[in-house]
Amino acid sequence: MWFRRRKRRSLDSADRFPSAPPDAPLLEVDDARTYFETDRGPVRAVDGVTFSLDRGKTLGIVGESGCGKTVLSRSVMGLLPKHNVIRSGSVKFEGQEIGNWGPDQMRPLWGTQMAMVFQDPMTSLNPVMSIGHQITEPLLYHFDIATGYARELAVALLQSVGIPEPERRLKQYPHELSGGMRQRVMIAIAMACGPKLLFADEPTTALDVTVQAQILDLLQTQQRERYMAMALVTHDLGVVAGRTDDIAVMYAGRLVEKAPTKILFSQPRMPYTEALMASIPKLGDAAHTRLATIPGRPPNLLNPPRGCKFSPRCAYVQDKCRVEEPPLRPGADGKHEFACWFPVGTPEGRAAFESNKKAGLAAVDARLSAETAPVEGVS
Amino acid sequence: MAGSGTAHLRPRDETLLRLENLIVEFPTRGGGKVHAVTDVSLDIKRGETLGLVGESGCGKSTTGRAAMQLPKPTSGHVWFDGTDLTTLHGSSLRRARPQLQMIFQDPISSLNPRRKVKDIVSEGLDIWSVGGKENRRGKVRSLLDEVGIDADAALDRHPHEFSGGQCQRISIARAIAMDPKLIICDEPVSALDVSVQAQILNLLEQLKSRYGLTMIFIAHDLAVVKNVSDIVAVMYLGKLCEIGAPDELFQSPTHPYTAALLSAIPVPDPEAKPKQLPGVGGEVPSPLNPPSGCRFRTRCPRAAERCAEEEPKIREMRPGHYVACHFPLEVDDVGVAAPSSDGAGS
Repeated sequence: MWFRRRKRRSLDSADRFPSAPPDAPLLEVDDARTYFETDRGPVRAVDGVTFSLDRGKTLGIVGESGCGKTVLSRSVMGLLPKHNVIRSGSVKFEGQEIGNWGPDQMRPLWGTQMAMVFQDPMTSLNPVMSIGHQITEPLLYHFDIATGYARELAVALLQSVGIPEPERRLKQYPHELSGGMRQRVMIAIAMACGPKLLFADEPTTALDVTVQAQILDLLQTQQRERYMAMALVTHDLGVVAGRTDDIAVMYAGRLVEKAPTKILFSQPRMPYTEALMASIPKLGDAAHTRLATIPGRPPNLLNPPRGCKFSPRCAYVQDKCRVEEPPLRPGADGKHEFACWFPVGTPEGRAAFESNKKAGLAAVDARLSAETAPVEGVS
Repeated sequence: MAGSGTAHLRPRDETLLRLENLIVEFPTRGGGKVHAVTDVSLDIKRGETLGLVGESGCGKSTTGRAAMQLPKPTSGHVWFDGTDLTTLHGSSLRRARPQLQMIFQDPISSLNPRRKVKDIVSEGLDIWSVGGKENRRGKVRSLLDEVGIDADAALDRHPHEFSGGQCQRISIARAIAMDPKLIICDEPVSALDVSVQAQILNLLEQLKSRYGLTMIFIAHDLAVVKNVSDIVAVMYLGKLCEIGAPDELFQSPTHPYTAALLSAIPVPDPEAKPKQLPGVGGEVPSPLNPPSGCRFRTRCPRAAERCAEEEPKIREMRPGHYVACHFPLEVDDVGVAAPSSDGAGS
């Protein structure tokens, strides 16, 4: 093999990375901030995000493009560019602080402790390396095993991700596979060294809907069988609805709501989550149902608005929101966290909405027009 | 599915656009042919929106483009407002084309980055010298207002200064500038975020009712197509599978492929019932060498010998609901097809 092999020669990774006390969460992110320096000032891509993830759990991270969800997952993985990045906050993996580790320190962790599946299976595989080469690379790097055994493992991995004729595939190159097959190969590579944490960053966005269902099912089975923690990063609320334990909603670099999946869908507290759900066309609705919209667009992260970042587009906005930024704090039940002064479904929220309705706010109109528009008949 | 036939076509004098036995093939270097669209017949009445759905590579965009004669179909007829566009050439085709306009998927790359918004929107008007110069300037302003762009701020700016959603609004203004009879929207919202997608879909509906536009709406997202369409056609590998009114088609699909598509959609509702419809494994076969008989048979849970030998013809299952399948699903097989939307939304 032409590539470097690690000096460490052991199949057992436990001594390399001692396991933390079992009661601590696998991943703890505390007030993580990632800014990118530009000529016009820092872009606050991730601006104070706190969450934790246990083994065997699935967290959905949802947000629109530019909300910082990908930068967040790359920050945790330590995959950011070297220059012009300002990071702060803490990232703890099995109780150990890894937030300030460089690539050389992170390398033993990549693959064996945490792995990532990227959005575009076309560009994330190396086009001039055979599939077999790419799957055996992490195995040979991390473990002291013979090349022949690594190939056997690779065949088993390809089989486990549902690729037919795995022996033949080992000799093929990425361009010979379809998009869905490539994403399966990516998943096999990510699974190769048995990571404890998997980041799936928009794993199905580039795929067709029938293939998307297959890949999501595959990720779910792998996550359950291997008892991994999985963070599923996506813009599609439908993707995370049936497949996650908890969901975190991101807006403008911050988490604005975090709750167990069922609670989030049944009683969203943050107006952004509510508006996002209302704007999705649903198959259960009749044709020509008018959709609720969110007026305006996400803020510029170079110069975000004062107070709550969503306030310029919010139907519940009050003067307080424009001045003071609400913290992410748990509601009455302790599990459901949201960052809002006037949460949806509470007396304060209703009062705020009513007063905005009287004042004729644009965001309120957008909501109401969808509710009151007559549903046209179908010819 | 994936069959041919014309049983679903309506009388010619009622329709604005009628595609008859459309075939589009592209030659490959090896001497083979990509069978992009094979014997597809479709029609659209005035003021109607036809939704065209299917996975990537199923020929939905090619069908839309063939209707515009971009490129001309290999064979078949495109009847538009009483004339067969496939027989037109040169200047007569040029004269017919302003009646058909297109809106593309990627709003940013479909606008010329080096031109100003006012020039982009008025290009068609300038070419055809519609009205006077002053007149055209006023028209551009009113078009931009119509699509929700502040004309004063936008006229002298370039596309890169706008967001994806705004660029799509500008594309829409450009498309309606020539008062077309038909607009072909090729995945107009798939590059946009959900909140912006809702704005654009509402805008299209609004323009449609104001101008009585006829639209072909091509998309892979079934929920989006259902929201805007009056009639929906499902395509697979260059063939039509099923045609019907959206509510009926999604409530009780009769083609196994439609059912599979519906079961594969991730529903934004954690309480959604587990899949009741048969899903499909595998992937779409190559259009270079499509399967014999029914093209869906290689992935179809109901495929039998007959499907390999005989291509299913399109036939009427229920009034206005057509399917091309030897063994269509009955209502009982389907159970509750469309998932309820309770729980999501306000």
